Amino acid sequence: MSSPTLPPSESFKFSMLLSDTRYRGMSLQVITFIIFMAVFFWLVDNTIKNLALLDKDVSFNFLWLRAGYDINQRLIPYTSDSTHGMAALVGILNTLLVAFVGCIIATVLGLFVGILRLSKNWIVAKLMSAYIEGFRNVPVLLWIVMVFALLTEFTPAPRAFKGAEPEATMLFFESIAITNRGTYFPAPVLVEGAYWLLLCFGLSIVASIYFIRYANKQKKDTGKSLPTFWISVAVIIFPTLILFFAMGQPVSLEYPYLKGFNFKDGIHLRNSFLALTLALAFYTSAFIAEIVRAGIMAVSKGQTEAAASLGLRPNKIMSLIILPQALRIIVPPLISNYLNLTKNSSLAIAVGYMDVRGTLGGITLNQTGRELESMLLLMGFYLAVSLLISSFINYFNRSFQIVVR
Amino acid sequence: MKKLFLGVLTALALAAGGTFAGTLDDVKARGNLLCGVSTGAPGFATVDDSGKDVGFDVDYCRALAAAIFGDPMAVKFVGLTSAVRFTALAAGEVDILARNTTWTYSRDTDLKQTFLGVNYYDGQGFMVKKELGVKSTTELDGATVCIQVGTTTELNLADYFKENGMSYEPVPTADNAESQQQYLAGACDTYTTDASALHGTRVNLENPDDHLVLPEIISKEPLGPLVRHGDDNWADIGRWVLNALVIAEEKGITKANIDSWKDTKDAEIHRLLGTGDDDILAMVGLPKNAMYNAIKAGGNYGEIFENNLGATSGINIERGVNASWTKGGILYSPPFR
Repeated sequence: MSSPTLPPSESFKFSMLLSDTRYRGMSLQVITFIIFMAVFFWLVDNTIKNLALLDKDVSFNFLWLRAGYDINQRLIPYTSDSTHGMAALVGILNTLLVAFVGCIIATVLGLFVGILRLSKNWIVAKLMSAYIEGFRNVPVLLWIVMVFALLTEFTPAPRAFKGAEPEATMLFFESIAITNRGTYFPAPVLVEGAYWLLLCFGLSIVASIYFIRYANKQKKDTGKSLPTFWISVAVIIFPTLILFFAMGQPVSLEYPYLKGFNFKDGIHLRNSFLALTLALAFYTSAFIAEIVRAGIMAVSKGQTEAAASLGLRPNKIMSLIILPQALRIIVPPLISNYLNLTKNSSLAIAVGYMDVRGTLGGITLNQTGRELESMLLLMGFYLAVSLLISSFINYFNRSFQIVVR
Repeated sequence: MKKLFLGVLTALALAAGGTFAGTLDDVKARGNLLCGVSTGAPGFATVDDSGKDVGFDVDYCRALAAAIFGDPMAVKFVGLTSAVRFTALAAGEVDILARNTTWTYSRDTDLKQTFLGVNYYDGQGFMVKKELGVKSTTELDGATVCIQVGTTTELNLADYFKENGMSYEPVPTADNAESQQQYLAGACDTYTTDASALHGTRVNLENPDDHLVLPEIISKEPLGPLVRHGDDNWADIGRWVLNALVIAEEKGITKANIDSWKDTKDAEIHRLLGTGDDDILAMVGLPKNAMYNAIKAGGNYGEIFENNLGATSGINIERGVNASWTKGGILYSPPFR
């Protein structure tokens, strides 16, 4: 027996796919999907046909051929005899280096500027506003070129350090040389026994993490807060320092010195790297500062007043009450900015920094003529890095979220 | 919907790049020649004070346009950096590339280009500031070298320093202007590229006498115009316009005296200038007087050289190997018959 509320049963007709609301949604989706796939396959097919017309094929074999060109900044061994694949890897590492260092500087600067912009001190607040507006409203490419120009035009050439009465001298007891080709720092040289030092340093960091956990637990259980910061700094520094002297200073410094055309030895930070990293970090920090400010201002003023009425001092209010709540708002947009910084690093060619866009997407592409393949690899790389960064921070973000029972 | 629209647009753009067979017909239909040149190589392709394109490569394209249309001004010049030139040619953005480009095996085969010949026999050199006191490339161990990315010079440089057991630090730059700026700022000790370009760059510096082009030439750089694979007729047209300019110099036909050859007994000159009975240029689809117009546009090879690179231009490059074979050079054209 059928229920009286049901409509009279009707046999299924093909037109019902569009006229009947029960099926319409589904059938529209199917149609859209079919059209989308058809266009997609047409595009791929068309590309392959046109490449064939140009007498070209799609092949990634060039990655195993000899590259033949040199790269100035390389984090792994590479010579002109290495393969194009290795050249791409050198570029990838250079990109990641800029992204990593840039993100750290941008975060620290952004946090600092964002908080100071809310300062009650008029001059400080206005200075920070000027910083933010200045960096945020000028295209980042101009900042990169600008920083590079400053670094190359207003610094002495290595030759200026020569002679009995040189025009330029090295800073900090003849240890740091700032030239128009980059800045040279003393490099640490590990001698025998230095690995114990590294081990000790690593253990100290682990110990300090455990200490911070213990301190947090103490605070939760008893309400007493320990001077966490200073104790953990001491835990990290002193054991290693004591061991360093006890073992008779197993780490020495290798100073840069002028030989021939350039400085030799030491750590060489090229102007292209400095300009790109600093400009990207400054630019991104302006956006992060605004995010930080928004996050802080989103925490209700009542929280500050309640904390103050409990007798907490302003810096305690900031670190214990405001920032933990603000972080929930800050972290998601922060991801976008990290991704932007990473992708913007592909502007590196403007200052001749050999990132992956410069090696794989620049010289390799040019010397092999494999445009499509190189660009696909590049897009795949940036996609993978972006997804990795966002999944990592999303994981991190979950630990800040309010736990709803 | 938006996605679909974008997809269709992309597809159309890809499809538009597909038909290359009748380049001459396309050029005629368009009414002008699209010629890819350097974005700024003194002597080869620059813009003069009055805003006119001038240079050795520019004059070749003008001759080609004159051969097709009878009008040397029916060219649109497209400035291309060394990095994008081959892509632009392959994609059909230009009909011909005359951009002091070195003819190499892999460019000819793997990049699917057809080189039309050599219009300038060049070699890679180094420019340094005189105050460095460097007299030879063998003294450049440890130097910082400015170099344009995506060029054959980049590979020669790596090979040369490796063969001689010397080290160097490359400073990659996008084009000649940027290299020059970096070199002047002292960000590199030496600037390396084709010697002709170095000479051209040097005379345009503020104090040319402070700079020195080192005597060593470390590579062979035969420069010439090129077209993409797939249209042999178009390649033939470009090749024979170039040859016609060379033959004209050999025969002594100049821009000034070109009209005075009507009564010559030399049959090749009649074939070349279209003053004889047979119309051999119809074979490639050009008018009978095409080569007459081409030579009339900027003169013969020698005149074009003198005006852009030689004494008249102020760059003062010697003809050297680029002289006609009749005068001790290696410039030699197959016969025009």
